[in-house]
Amino acid sequence: MELSFDVFAILLTFAPFAAAALAPLVSRETGPAAGWIMAIIPAGLFAAFLSLTDEAAAGQTVRVAIDWVPALGLNLSLRIDGLSLCFALLITGIGAIIILYASRYLAGDARRGRFLAVMFLFMGAMLGLVLADSMVALFAFWELTSVTSFLLIGFDRERVEARRAAFQALVVTGIGGLALLAGGVLLHLATGSWDLGRLAAFAGPLSQDAALPWITIFIVLAAFTKSAQLPFHFWLPNAMEAPVPVSAYLHSATMVQGGVYLLARMSPVIGGSQLWTILLTLFGGATLLWGALVALRQTDLKQMLAQTTLASLGLMVLLLGIGGAGAAMAVAGYLVAHALYKAALFLIAGSIETSTGTRDITALGGLRDAMTISFISAALAALSMFGLPPFLGWLAKEEIYSAAGAIGPIAMAALVLGNALLAAIALSLLIRPFFGPLKPTPQAPAEAPFSRWLGPALFGLLGFSVVFSVAGLGEVLLAPFAASVTGSAVESHLALTLDPSGLPFWLTILTWLIAGLLFWQADTVRAALIAAERRLVWSWDRGFDQAYFALVRFAALVTRLLHHGRLELYVGTLFAMLALILLVPLATMSGWPALPAWPSLRLYEWAVVAMGIVGIVMVVIARSRLFAIVALGVQGLAVALLFLLFGAPDLGFTQLMVEILSVVILTLVMTRLRLSANDPRPYEDLARDGSLALVCGGGVTLLLLKILEAPFNHRLGDFFAQNSVPLAHGRNIVNVILVDFRGLDTLGEIAVVMTAGIAILALIRRQPKPVVPAKTRRAPRKSAEAPA
Amino acid sequence: MNSLIFRTMAPMLAIAMVLFSIFILLRGHNAPGGGFIGGLIAAAAAAIYAMAHGVGAVRRALRFNPIVFAGFGVFLAAAAGLASIAFARPFLTGLWLPGNVFGVPGLFDIGVYFAVFGTLSAIALALEDEGEGS
Repeated sequence: MELSFDVFAILLTFAPFAAAALAPLVSRETGPAAGWIMAIIPAGLFAAFLSLTDEAAAGQTVRVAIDWVPALGLNLSLRIDGLSLCFALLITGIGAIIILYASRYLAGDARRGRFLAVMFLFMGAMLGLVLADSMVALFAFWELTSVTSFLLIGFDRERVEARRAAFQALVVTGIGGLALLAGGVLLHLATGSWDLGRLAAFAGPLSQDAALPWITIFIVLAAFTKSAQLPFHFWLPNAMEAPVPVSAYLHSATMVQGGVYLLARMSPVIGGSQLWTILLTLFGGATLLWGALVALRQTDLKQMLAQTTLASLGLMVLLLGIGGAGAAMAVAGYLVAHALYKAALFLIAGSIETSTGTRDITALGGLRDAMTISFISAALAALSMFGLPPFLGWLAKEEIYSAAGAIGPIAMAALVLGNALLAAIALSLLIRPFFGPLKPTPQAPAEAPFSRWLGPALFGLLGFSVVFSVAGLGEVLLAPFAASVTGSAVESHLALTLDPSGLPFWLTILTWLIAGLLFWQADTVRAALIAAERRLVWSWDRGFDQAYFALVRFAALVTRLLHHGRLELYVGTLFAMLALILLVPLATMSGWPALPAWPSLRLYEWAVVAMGIVGIVMVVIARSRLFAIVALGVQGLAVALLFLLFGAPDLGFTQLMVEILSVVILTLVMTRLRLSANDPRPYEDLARDGSLALVCGGGVTLLLLKILEAPFNHRLGDFFAQNSVPLAHGRNIVNVILVDFRGLDTLGEIAVVMTAGIAILALIRRQPKPVVPAKTRRAPRKSAEAPA
Repeated sequence: MNSLIFRTMAPMLAIAMVLFSIFILLRGHNAPGGGFIGGLIAAAAAAIYAMAHGVGAVRRALRFNPIVFAGFGVFLAAAAGLASIAFARPFLTGLWLPGNVFGVPGLFDIGVYFAVFGTLSAIALALEDEGEGS
């Protein structure tokens, strides 16, 4: 690759962010044309990525790296191989259609510019996620998708449900983000590399590494939260609160596929271990069946689609858990097929809703004449989902069944049953709204406008048109994908043949039979599922609320415990801690100091010591506060004099001024707080505070004695004494240290002094308010209030 | 405070203390003293003047809110440190004017003086400010 390609790749990654900045302006200035204009960017990106397919198919990986923090070995590197290219094509291709659809969906809405901007941000984050070649960049983009999807899901911020769904998605995927960080750091510690591309080389040594189980658990946890696997599945159906274009985009090509991408990317590095296989097949299979069953129970079009997304994600996770070239091919095929039909069906569901005013399939029927184009698109998409030959969905299913030949009967049964359930739902989605007699709806149905039926029609046709170049699809898109997942070249054997002698053929027939049966008895099954659901008093969704409010209550409890607002307890706690810090190390680590020799002082020195003792005794026995403050000053003066007498004039000088100002300020504080002149306290308080003070004072004394026992190290003192004049041109060593040798410390200190001053001013100036007792403060009760 | 002697003496005392604080600040590099102690003395002068003639008089005399002096001090100290950039030396390098009498450390010390003076007099004045408004 020549140098100019670097620039090209960077542009590809950051174009969506530029588009996000432009979106509000374009949306405001160009009105109805905005969608067409803004869709140019993702469409252009799509074309650019398409031009790279040949290189990826040839097994090349395109790598670009810019130094980010060279000192830490971090760089912002991009990697375009079969896996990331396939995702990038879906993200940009579907993204272009979604942008077009969304700008029509929100036409006339003042928030459209903001919406498009966040959509582009999300697209950029997602693109960055799949193109990133460094674990750190991957993590950053991963978190960015969480934040932007939070904004998108909670777009209708006036609605309580939307806010809750957005918050829930953020919390769940945020937990996953932390897990990803932990896994990434562990991986870095084990291998010494942040580079995803280089990690595969460490797969051998890693499999012997003791940290591998933890790395696997963290990475899998991250993927499971993002891809909504059981038991983190609940946020995904709730995220249906988002506007239709968001649901379509999040579910088909982006957000939730992030986890699948991560697992696929990590497969060559940490895949294949027993733990990996068990986790992925178990949870993937459970999610597949759970999602498909719950989907069957729904009557809301959007909810049905959301639950089938869960099932599809579970299917892909299960396949990644099985591993191997065949499963990787199946994942690739299923990913593309699913993205196409799911995006189409979501967009059609949105069109049906705006056209008829309802999305309840029991209230819909006979729309095929009123919405012909949507009907044809829906038919193409649903048949792909059903798995009818020669649609892409059928090809994917064949791949799944041929890959699953290697696995046990339980996983096979789960796959067949899950696929059958999905196929039954596909039939419901197609037949219930479009066939049968026309049912009366809140609005008379009408065909969606061009910019809104274009996308579904295109996706539906794409799912069908693979019939014309099955081998090409396999070689150009799916095999490079599988090669990236397995870490070695994969031969594509995709072909449009029905082989009645093979197992996949009969499994497909079995799937259809079960699907037909389920669809025939759909209402009975649904009634049974609803009845079963009623028995369940607890759901993961409620569990989230319970955990969340338990956390809020715990936080309130801790706050009440530590932040009780009683000054004497704060001070008492502080000094008790100080006593522990002083005495515990002395007692446990170094032993007590010996009793010092009796000092031989001159008479006037004894007089100063006596002055200090008198001062401190007066503080303790004084009745009036003012007297105590002055007596404290006397004690401080004695200390200042001692400093002067023992050869530290700077220290003595400063101590003197500090004592004077302390007396002034303490007196002012006393008058300011309107304290009474005397300080009457019960004897318990006196005993408690007095003993605490004695313990702390004794601790400081013992510590000082202990320090003095150690031989004095002259190194620093000698250095400063020798260098003060030649290097800093000053003879006052204390001052030279303060302003020159240790100037940065002093700068920090005066900044702290100033900040403390500002804080004190803020405290003093605060108007007195009625004090609210801690007990009456309430934690938020409703879930709705919290995310707001 | 209603002592006539104190009220008469306080301004002179304050002037003397401020002058002394500047003296202490400037001699600090070679003899006991420096920006920190100088700032303390100047803050004490402000406190004494405020006791005798009220907080308003001190605020008028200072013209700015005292915390502004503290901010100026920190800024001055940091700016003194940045002077070394012009000579491609690390932050806070001690640079001296010819003759080695005054340089970056002196400017830095003046910053310390203002920071200490501003903070302490701001606290003292705010505490004394009973009902006079701030």
